[in-house]
Amino acid sequence: MTALIQGATGDWEMVIGLEVHAQVTSNAKLFSGAATAFGAEPNTQVSLVDAAMPGMLPVINGVCVEQAVRTGLGLKAEINLVSVFDRKNYFYPDLPQGYQISQFTQPVVGKGEVVLDMEDGTERRVGITRLHLEQDAGKSLHDQDPRATYVDLNRSGVALMEIVSEPDIRSPDEAAAYLNKLRSILRYLGTCDGNMEEGSMRADVNVSVRKPGGALGTRCEIKNVNSIRFVQQAIEVEAARQVELIEGGGAVVQQTRLFDPDKGITRAMRSKEESHDYRYFPDPDLLPLELDIDWVTDIKAGLPELPDDKRARFLADYDLTPYDCSVLVAEREIAEYFEVVALGRDGKQAANWVTGELFGLLNREGRTMADSPVSAEDLGALIDLINDGTVSNRLAKDVFEEMALSGKSALAVVEEKGLKQISNIGVIEAEVNKVIAAAPEQVAQFKSGNENVLGWFIGQIMQATGGKANPGTVNEILRKKLSG
Amino acid sequence: MVALTDLTIAEARDGLLAKEFSARELAEAHLTAMEAARGFNAYLKETPERALAGAEAADKRIATGDARALEGVPLAIKDLFCTDGVATTAASRILDGFTPHYESTVTQNLWDAGAVMLGKTNLDEFAMGSSNTTSYFGPVENPWRRDSDNLPLVPGGSSGGSAAAVAAHLCPGATGTDTGGSIRQPASFCGVVGLKPTYGRCSRYGIVAFASSLDQAGPITRTVRDSAILLRHMAGFDPRDSTSVECEVPDYGAALARPLKGLKVGIPKEYRVEGMDPEIDALWQKGIGWLKDAGMEAVDICLPHTSTALPVYYILAPAEASSNLARYDGVRFGHRAENDGELLDMYEATRSEGFGAEVRRRIMIGTYVLSAGYYDAYYLKAQKVRTLISRDFATAFESVDVILTPTAPGAAFAIGEKEDNPISMYLNDVFTVPASLAGLPGISVPAGMDGDGLPLGLQLIAPSFDEETMIAVAAAIEARADFDGSAAAQAGKGA
Amino acid sequence: MSLDKATVARIAALARIRVVDDELDGLAQELSNILVWIEQLDAINTEDVPPMSQVADLKLLWREDEVTDGAIPEKVLANAPAAKDGFFTVPKVIE
Repeated sequence: MTALIQGATGDWEMVIGLEVHAQVTSNAKLFSGAATAFGAEPNTQVSLVDAAMPGMLPVINGVCVEQAVRTGLGLKAEINLVSVFDRKNYFYPDLPQGYQISQFTQPVVGKGEVVLDMEDGTERRVGITRLHLEQDAGKSLHDQDPRATYVDLNRSGVALMEIVSEPDIRSPDEAAAYLNKLRSILRYLGTCDGNMEEGSMRADVNVSVRKPGGALGTRCEIKNVNSIRFVQQAIEVEAARQVELIEGGGAVVQQTRLFDPDKGITRAMRSKEESHDYRYFPDPDLLPLELDIDWVTDIKAGLPELPDDKRARFLADYDLTPYDCSVLVAEREIAEYFEVVALGRDGKQAANWVTGELFGLLNREGRTMADSPVSAEDLGALIDLINDGTVSNRLAKDVFEEMALSGKSALAVVEEKGLKQISNIGVIEAEVNKVIAAAPEQVAQFKSGNENVLGWFIGQIMQATGGKANPGTVNEILRKKLSG
Repeated sequence: MVALTDLTIAEARDGLLAKEFSARELAEAHLTAMEAARGFNAYLKETPERALAGAEAADKRIATGDARALEGVPLAIKDLFCTDGVATTAASRILDGFTPHYESTVTQNLWDAGAVMLGKTNLDEFAMGSSNTTSYFGPVENPWRRDSDNLPLVPGGSSGGSAAAVAAHLCPGATGTDTGGSIRQPASFCGVVGLKPTYGRCSRYGIVAFASSLDQAGPITRTVRDSAILLRHMAGFDPRDSTSVECEVPDYGAALARPLKGLKVGIPKEYRVEGMDPEIDALWQKGIGWLKDAGMEAVDICLPHTSTALPVYYILAPAEASSNLARYDGVRFGHRAENDGELLDMYEATRSEGFGAEVRRRIMIGTYVLSAGYYDAYYLKAQKVRTLISRDFATAFESVDVILTPTAPGAAFAIGEKEDNPISMYLNDVFTVPASLAGLPGISVPAGMDGDGLPLGLQLIAPSFDEETMIAVAAAIEARADFDGSAAAQAGKGA
Repeated sequence: MSLDKATVARIAALARIRVVDDELDGLAQELSNILVWIEQLDAINTEDVPPMSQVADLKLLWREDEVTDGAIPEKVLANAPAAKDGFFTVPKVIE
C-alpha cells in the first residue's frame, strides 16, 4: 500500500527505513551491574564503570546476550555465532567513556523479516538488515538552567538492541504497522517492554523520496522519535519537505534532523562533517562474542508462539475475521485471555466480548489485561449464562459491569440482582396480555400493517419485566397474540 | 647490621617475622630516606600516615602470629594505579584533584597480603614515554650517574619513578606497568629487576588505561626472588576484567631453584641491530656464556618480523590510547578549564591544558590512524603484522624454552637528550616491544655496566604463562652477573 | 603520508584538542615524520593473515544478570568539577 505524494511534477514515492533502539529487559546493565529501572533519582543507578572512571572495565551481562538472540530468533533472523564489540568514538557529556560500546562490522544478528498485517487485509513484508547490542547513553537535560546542561548517567550503559530495517517501508501507515508489529513481537518475547513514553523504544526514521521506479533519493535521518504517531507525522512532513525542495530546484542534503511535534516540522541538527567519523575499532577490553550453537537451539525451542503463528492458528481454529485475529494477537496477554474465554465456546462470541465489553472496561479504568478486574474464566461463565438463557445478552452487559466492581462471579451477580431471564411462557403471556389490553391504539396500528410498533410493545414488556423477559420468547408470543 | 633500607623484600619479611625489627621501624626508615632523597623526584606523593598505620596494624598481626605473606613490607605504587582515598594523577594535569574512591585489584591484592604503602611514584604522563621526562610534575633523576660527567640521567620510563625508588633504596619494591617496555626498560636503566607478566596474568581493573591490549602490571625489585614474591600476590584472575585469564597462580618463588640443564635459550639474530652498541653486544654474549654455564644450550633462532614491531606498536598503542583518553573531558572528574564559552570550548581547552605534548601527539596519531579512510591502511594492517610477530614467537618456542636479548639499545641517557625527535625516543623500546605485542612475559635483570659505570640489563622472554621458567633462568643470570647496585643505593642516601 | 595543516586541524577537532594556528605547522611536521616511519609496514605481506583480535587465549566471560552495583551517587559525583542537585553540570549544549 504505497502512499504517493502528489507533487507539482508528478507522483513521488516515499522510501522509509527505521532504526529502532529497544531497551533490553534485564535487571542490570549491559556491561555493569547497576540497575536499569526507570525513574530513579539522578545518578543513583550508576556504577563507576558507567561513570567511566579511570581504570574501569566492561564485563558483559549474559542475559542481555540471550535477549538479543531471542529477539533475533523472533525476527526469523540469522544468528551470528561470532560477533564483535566495537567502540564508536565521539564526545558528548552523557557519553562518559567518550565512546559507545556497540557492534559495527560483525553484529550478533543478521538478516530477518517482519510481516505487517495492514488494515485493508493485505500483508507486507519488511526486511530486517541486522540487530546488534550496544550501550545506551545517559541523559542530558538542557532546560534546567539557562547556562548549563545537566547530566544524569542512570541510563548510561543500559543494554539496547538496535534493530535496523531494510528501506522497504512505503508509507506512514506501514511505518506504524511495522512499529506496532515489532513492539508486539518484543513484548511476546519479553525482551523489551516497547514503552515509547518511557523511552524503552525509540525510532530513528530514514526518509527519502523518488519518482516511482526511479533511483533512490538522498535520505535524511530523523532522530529519536518517541511515539508511533510522531513517526507517522515526521515521515509526512519530511517527505513533503523533500518533494518541495527538489521540485523547487534544490537538492536534498544528507543530514540528521529532529522532529518538532509542536511546530510539525523537521529541522536540521547542528552538524559538523567530522561528527560522522566514529573511528570504529574492536574494543580491546572485550573479546569476540562467541555463541554455542546448542545454546541458540535451546533458546529457539523455548520461544513462545509468536504473533504471526498465533494469528494463523486463530484464523484456522476459530470462526474469526483476519482483523479480529490481528486485534486478539496484538498482545500476548490478550491472546491468552481470549483463548481461555473461547475454550469450548463460540470463538466469535468470545472475541466480541473481549474486544467489546472487556476492552471498553479496561480503557475506561486505565487498566491492562494483566490486572483485569474480570478473569477470563468468569467472563467465560457469563457467556455460558447467556447461551443457556439464564440472562439476556443486554442484561449480561450490566452483569459484567457489576462483576468488575464486586469481583463476584456471573452467577452470583445474576442471582443477587435478580436478573435471571424470564423465559417462562406463562409469565410472559400474562405480561403480553396486560400490555395488549392497555394499548388498543397500538394494537390497531400493528393490525393496519405498522410492523415498527412491535418494537414499542417489546419495550413496554421489557420495562414491565425489568428487562428480564427473554426477548425471543416475547417476540414470538407478541406476534401470535397480535396476529391472532 | 644492615640498614633497614638495604633489605630486600625477602630479607625484610624474614626479619619482621624473626622480630629483628618492627614494621614501624622499617616503614620509618624508608620514609626518612624518601624525605632525604626528594631531589630525585621519584615519588609524586608520600603517604606517611598510611604507611605508619599499615605498619602498626602489621606489627599487631606479627605479634599474634597472624602475619600474612607480605605483612609489613613497605612498597611504592606507580601513580597509575588507583588507590582509594589517595590522589591519583597518572602524572598528568588532567587528573588534577582526582581522588579515586576505589582501589585497583593489583594493589588491593598487595594490601590483602599485608603490604604497606609508602607513596605513589612518578611516571611518564599516562605511561607514554621511555624516560619519565613527560611527567607534568617534572622528570625523575636516575640515582646512577656517569663516571665521566655529572649530568642528571633519565631513569627510563614510563615506570621511572618506581625504578629509581627501588634502585636508590627508597623502597624495597614497587609496582610498575609495562605497555611497550615501561617496566623492563627503566629496570635496565636503573640496575634493578623488572618483570612484565603474560598479558592477562594481572588484572587491569583500576589501572589508568593507556593501551588496553598491551598494558600489564608487574613488580620492580632489586632481586629476582623479590619479583617472584611480589608477582605471586599481584597476579590472579579478576572477574571485573574481561581480559583477565583464569589460570592458577603458581608459587613463583619455588621456580627459582629449578635446574636448567638441558633447557634451550634462543638467541634471535634480528635483535643484533645495525650500529648496535658493542658494549651491549658484549654483555649479551656474556649472558649466553652464563646460561651455558648453568647447563643450558644456546640456539640461534629467527624472529623475522622483529623490525616491524615498533611501527606496529606506534599505530596500535596510540589508537587505543586515543580512545581510552577520551573520558578525560572535564565533565566528571579532574581538571576543567575555566571558560565562559560553550561545551566545545570547555572540551578543547580542558584537554589542551590537561594533556602534555607527548600525550597530545599520541592521541593525534591514534585519532588519525583510526579515522575514516585510514583504518585499513594503518590499524588493520598493524593488527595483521601483530599476528605475524606473535607467530614468530610461537614458532621459536617450539624449539627453545626461553629467549635472551638485551633489554635496551644503550644505557641511561641525559635528561633533555633525545627530546627533539620523538622517534629517537621511541627507539628505546626496540627490544621490549615485540614481547608486549605478542602478550608474552618478559623480565629485565641487571647484568653489567657500560664503560661509564651505568647499568645494562639483559631481557628474557618466555612463552605465555611460563613466568616460572623465565624466573628460573633470570635467577641464573643474576647469580652469575653478581651486579653491584651500591652506587645507586649510596646516591639514594645522599641525594 | 605527509599531513597538511588542514588535516591536523581536523584531527585535533575530532580529538577535542585545541591547536592554535602557529602550532599547526610544527605539529604537522612532527606527525608526518612519525607516519612516514610507520609506513614501513606497507612493505610487509599480510595477505591471508588475520588481524590479532585477542591477545589472551580466552572466551569472553559472561556476568549474571544481577544488580550488584550503583546506588553510590556520592562516589560518582565526588570528583565532579561542577554538580547540582545530583546532576553533573556542563556548559549548555545547543542541539
